[in-house]
Amino acid sequence: MNFKHKYFFLFPGLFVLIGILIFPIIFVVRLSLSGWNSYNPGLDFIGLDNYIRLFTDDPRFWESFFRLSFLSVTTVVLQYVIGFALAHMVWKDIKFKRFFRVLFLVPMMTTPVIMTVIWRTFFHESLGPVNDILSNFGFSPKWLTDPALAKFTVIIVEVWQWTPFMFLLLLAGLLSLPKEPFLAAAIDGASPVRKFIYVTFPLMAPISIGAIIIRLIEASKIMDTVYVLTSGGPGTSTETSSFYIFIKGLREFQMGYAASMSFTYLIIMIISLTIIAKVLTKLLLKE
Amino acid sequence: MNKLYTFLKYFFIVFWAVFVVAPFLWALTTSFKDFQSVNGGVTYIPWVDFEPNLEGWKVLIKSPAKGGVDIVEPYFNSLFVTCTASFISIVLGTLSAYALSRYTFKAGFVKNNDITFFFISQRIMPPIVLSIPFFLFLSSINLLDSLVGLILVYIVLLMPIAVWIMVDFFNKVPREIDETALIDGCNPYQAFLKVVLPNSIPGLIVAGMFCIIFGWIDFFFAFILTFTEVQLLPVKIVALNSSVTPWWSLSASALVSVAPLIIVAFIVERYLSKGNLSGAIK
Repeated sequence: MNFKHKYFFLFPGLFVLIGILIFPIIFVVRLSLSGWNSYNPGLDFIGLDNYIRLFTDDPRFWESFFRLSFLSVTTVVLQYVIGFALAHMVWKDIKFKRFFRVLFLVPMMTTPVIMTVIWRTFFHESLGPVNDILSNFGFSPKWLTDPALAKFTVIIVEVWQWTPFMFLLLLAGLLSLPKEPFLAAAIDGASPVRKFIYVTFPLMAPISIGAIIIRLIEASKIMDTVYVLTSGGPGTSTETSSFYIFIKGLREFQMGYAASMSFTYLIIMIISLTIIAKVLTKLLLKE
Repeated sequence: MNKLYTFLKYFFIVFWAVFVVAPFLWALTTSFKDFQSVNGGVTYIPWVDFEPNLEGWKVLIKSPAKGGVDIVEPYFNSLFVTCTASFISIVLGTLSAYALSRYTFKAGFVKNNDITFFFISQRIMPPIVLSIPFFLFLSSINLLDSLVGLILVYIVLLMPIAVWIMVDFFNKVPREIDETALIDGCNPYQAFLKVVLPNSIPGLIVAGMFCIIFGWIDFFFAFILTFTEVQLLPVKIVALNSSVTPWWSLSASALVSVAPLIIVAFIVERYLSKGNLSGAIK
């Protein structure tokens, strides 16, 4: 094939993407070396001061980061387990198969913040249906104002919202599996459980890894839900990294410091996601 | 054993279905309530528990001056931004994906896979990292609070998805069909437009739907980069939440905003059942 044409195909997209992105990324790095805040807006140069402050004097950032790791790992594991279970259940013929398939996809199509607004009324302490039902049994949990429970509520909403995505990827994977291994297993008289452990699961490993990584990437950005549901509270108990950077940067206008945090956050994300991808590949593909 | 398994299976499916539907049902019943039936204790069934009225739905199309909410304009803004950004992303993304799937690129240690990874890796970028520079960047070129500014940002969000789905899809379309077209005297552009694209419609539809989903559901950039001139639907609705919280109009507007993409769920399921999705998503 001709040599020059390929660039005409590739470059429009590549250059638009780079064109829109290159300035912001360079700017974040430069901004992180400045003391830009609301009293002193401007690109002065203060060296690594912001980074020194971040690494030595800001436990709140690291707490929010560990909270984010906890939230994203927990939600993704739950989404994977539930998504796989659901996909496996509607994979073969059951009653109302297509109805359930569509239904299980629906939450993913809804806008997270808007559904979170609904969830907020759903979990409302005195006017919401959940506590109305639970109060018959003598419970009235503080879904949004108890620090431990608020995390749990965020997890419920995230799982509701994004299990469909996992479900979609895994069901598409299941539907594309070759038939032969299952025939062989059936001839050998394998029980359903053994069939799942020795045939289905290993065949699904590459798709599982892909799905988990994609969801981890998306989950590591959790912020909309938190903003609407709890605003990071009570206190800072549901505050994630993104949300903390948002408060510092676009609420308190400490642009320089927020830029240094976002750059650090980006680097940590890239490194940890790479490690997780490598570890998962080793664990799941070896068997 | 088998009966137990079947029972558990249906139990779990029904349980999950109820969980999925619950917030929608709650929003639906709330949207017909008024102040009295929201604040006077929890009520569920219209006519039995409370007297339904259409106030929550009516305020949606009233202008703010008359105490309404007016989500019509944000609705069209959202539609316009989502569709334009998706369309541009699909066009550019498809071209790039085609190049990455059919030709070999090499620049130093950078090869095809690295370029593909560069495209897709933009999804890793947390929105917050881009928000601050975009905020300053767009305000410096006077595009803050404008549709064009938002479309630019959404292209960055959506193009990776388009490239990701289309590269996999083109890899599945046999090379022979473009080679035959070239031998028959087409130039590479004709071969692409007349032969490859018509064979890629399922992939294009899937990519398009994903772009529309992820564009439509974005809140963060719309929230940070627009204020009063241009309002997108999610921002408008969340703003309702922070004021006096009229649950009825909140619920009604939420349902209205969620409705169009439910159709997308049906289309996705169709492609899933036909097996077209398995190659497109990997």
